[in-house]
Amino acid sequence: MRTVNSLIGSAIERREDLRFLRGRGEYVDDLLRHDLLHAAILRSSVAHGRIRAIDVSAARALAGVHAVITAKEVRAGQPDNGIPRVPMRLQPLPEFEPVGQPVIAESKVRYVGEALAVVLAVSAAVAEDALGLIEVDIEPLPAVADRHMSAKGSALLFEERGSNLAIKFHALRGDAATTFKNAPYVRRESFRTQRHMALPMEPRGLLAQWDAARGKLTLYGAAKVLFFNRRTLARQMGLPESAIELIENDVGGGFGARGEFYPEDFLIPFAARHTGRPVKWTEDRREHLMTVNHAREAECDVEIACMRDGTILGLRGHAYVDVGAYMRTNGAVGARNIAQFMSGPYRIENIDIDVSLMLTNKTPVGTYRGPGRFETDFFRERLLDIVAGDLGIDRVELRRRNLVPHRAMPYPIATITPFESKDELDSGDYQTTLDLCLREIGWQEKSKLAGKPIDGRYHGLAVGCFIEGGAAGPKETARITLEPDGCFCVYVGSSAIGQGLETAFAQIAADALEVPIARIRGVFHGSTSYVSDGYGAYHSRSVVMGGSAILAAADNLRAEIRAGAAKRLGCAVAEVEIVEGDKAVGPGGKSVALHAICDGEVSAEGAFLNKKHTYTYGTHAAHVAVDPKLGHVELIDYVVVEDCGRIINPRTVHGQAIGSVVQGLGGAVMEHLQYDAEGQLLTGSLADYLIPTASDFPNIRALVLEEHPSPINPLGAKGAGEGGIIAAGGIMANAIADALSEFDVEPRELPLTPSRIWELVQAGKESKKPA
Amino acid sequence: MSVRFEVNGKQVEVDVEPRMTLADCLRHELRLTGTHVGCEHGVCGTCTVIADGAAVRSCLMLAVQAEGSRIVTVEGLSDGEELSPLQKSFRRHHALQCGFCTPGMLTTAHVLLSEEPDCDATRVREVLSGNLCRCTGYISIVEAVLDARADYRPKDRATGVADKP
Repeated sequence: MRTVNSLIGSAIERREDLRFLRGRGEYVDDLLRHDLLHAAILRSSVAHGRIRAIDVSAARALAGVHAVITAKEVRAGQPDNGIPRVPMRLQPLPEFEPVGQPVIAESKVRYVGEALAVVLAVSAAVAEDALGLIEVDIEPLPAVADRHMSAKGSALLFEERGSNLAIKFHALRGDAATTFKNAPYVRRESFRTQRHMALPMEPRGLLAQWDAARGKLTLYGAAKVLFFNRRTLARQMGLPESAIELIENDVGGGFGARGEFYPEDFLIPFAARHTGRPVKWTEDRREHLMTVNHAREAECDVEIACMRDGTILGLRGHAYVDVGAYMRTNGAVGARNIAQFMSGPYRIENIDIDVSLMLTNKTPVGTYRGPGRFETDFFRERLLDIVAGDLGIDRVELRRRNLVPHRAMPYPIATITPFESKDELDSGDYQTTLDLCLREIGWQEKSKLAGKPIDGRYHGLAVGCFIEGGAAGPKETARITLEPDGCFCVYVGSSAIGQGLETAFAQIAADALEVPIARIRGVFHGSTSYVSDGYGAYHSRSVVMGGSAILAAADNLRAEIRAGAAKRLGCAVAEVEIVEGDKAVGPGGKSVALHAICDGEVSAEGAFLNKKHTYTYGTHAAHVAVDPKLGHVELIDYVVVEDCGRIINPRTVHGQAIGSVVQGLGGAVMEHLQYDAEGQLLTGSLADYLIPTASDFPNIRALVLEEHPSPINPLGAKGAGEGGIIAAGGIMANAIADALSEFDVEPRELPLTPSRIWELVQAGKESKKPA
Repeated sequence: MSVRFEVNGKQVEVDVEPRMTLADCLRHELRLTGTHVGCEHGVCGTCTVIADGAAVRSCLMLAVQAEGSRIVTVEGLSDGEELSPLQKSFRRHHALQCGFCTPGMLTTAHVLLSEEPDCDATRVREVLSGNLCRCTGYISIVEAVLDARADYRPKDRATGVADKP
């Protein structure tokens, strides 16, 4: 990597902002087409039931309604007369095939919100009017509302399978059985994290255009994983991939949920082909809350074995993840990560953890920022504070003693079966972030307040460490073109979901090409036509994978330029040097300007291939004050210190860290998708599903380091943006436990809402009363 | 039915169904798509526009209720290509990521600063607590608004954006 420029590492202002600040962004619902039809989707109001009949005749007869699509029309329109299913994108195991989600319900509904019919009308309002005219007759079946009912199996989501267990994962390292038999100290606990979700501010939307004459489909509103979704859609619609283009517009937040292949990603293109007209669909917030991937609902029965000095010997247990009604594209990732990352940043040599994925009559799950890691960090960090109390060891010292030491890198972690082999922590000095975080929050001074009441509120502190995986392979692609005016255009297979990709990628490209950033005319992402193949934005991979692909493309482009210049200068390619991205110089100082080489277009593609993961790491600490009478928690201070390897833009990385923490605090103390025993979603609006607002958490600080670049990619970058959320649940629970130690409060369940804290205080008071 | 009002300094006349919200009218009839719709039930604040000087949720107001009003949307906050001082402050403080909530944040903050250019952080947080953002964690937004206060104080007010339609 050349370093004539030093744009990498500078906190430049974002390119994207200029359009966003003036209302000139273009999000999918902003699109309009001549002859456009609007789609509205009828969704099941029953969690579990058999469909007896769907009568759409009155809806079809309504003025302005153009068509109504049910499972019958889908079958009739498909070459194989089948109903496609949402495929697994990650961990595509054969076990998941029978529990994949059909794109539209036919004989059975399995969650509230499952699609039953699509109305296409001249306006969204008429389409919604027509939904009210569809008569649906569903015979209700007993709803499987939680993992205990799921395990009982008295009601089955898929009768033919005979069980509601989708699959069981297993994490193994060393010999846990012997370790636990001989351990001087063992502690067992149960913990639970609640169902919540990513909730990007922009609702999902799609606009599909079918060009019957050319047999071409264009789908706007795609995000995150365009190339996978194109492959899926091509298969489902019986079209060659080359006949489909997926376009990503500006995307109002992703956080794991947006852009995965959902049933609508088939239904809307199908509707466009069915009607021969462009079709647009934009979900409302209620639909979003009941159809977009949920996440995080897990229970864990976990046991830890230690020496008396606090050295951790082993970890074992069984976790149960409520995966909802179907396995969708990335629905196994959270559970998989719970298995593999229970040990977090700590050296634990003996691990034996089972994770059961339990089907229930609720919205299917998928990834949400820090999938599985938020959950296990809550389980593990809570357990560590309990262990510290039992053994009479300082909780900072307990962590310090067990962090994976710098000299042990790369450090192998538990192996997961049935599908993935080994993984290792790549680099870092975990003690550094712990020390810095303690210093930054003023731990020594503040710990004097721990458990103390001041003006009726009890003060508490917590500290904990985390790792964040990134850089999922196998590949990312980029292409750079030299334009006739000497500017460069960068095309990437990565996706932008609001994280500032255009700016970070322009910085990388400008440095690699040794040109001022103004000569990077644009970073173009979000079309399946820009590069030959792409993987997208997930697992904190865009900068590591996409950025490294840009370096490869720049190298290839420079080779092209040198070849072109050699021809012009009449010399050998090896004799040409590119000087400051401006001119190519040959023997004797003869030179040619770059733009002069360009008859037409000089273009080169580059790819970065990678099978390893990067591990960002860090420490969080919090200081809270809790009112035991009201259960209210004030966050007085919160500090995150993380090392993300090489930082491209400190401004955007810092912004991601803070935003990520606040999402995590939402999951820690407020957010909860609640269901009743019949499988009805009780939190179907933003007045019921609470997320953090501007007045909730004013005091959060983030320090982002780059002391240990990743050894596995040429940038030295690691994933960034998930580290803030991962530890937040465990930290808040431990800080609240610390504050309320007088009442023996030991939170074992999130979210720690005021009412739950009040109940824990009451229970503590009760247990202290003399019998 | 027909409704007439002023948007970003221009008189408009639109034929709308009585049930059409002001948000849908601005976005789909007038093609001012800078105003975004995040919840359609008045919680998220994304669709906030300025109606006769007040910050209102255009998803909770019918287009016909705008009859005779002066509406300002995000597109009307700056002239031409130049960003307004508040917009510049947002950029400087990295107060936006995905940009979806940004129009509502800007309109809400513009009204606040126009009325209370000396507001403190607590007041900014109180007023912005009606606008949800999922990306930033709000800290940078609050800093951006506080930093823009000087541009709304009286010496600037005669010529500043605050007096523009």
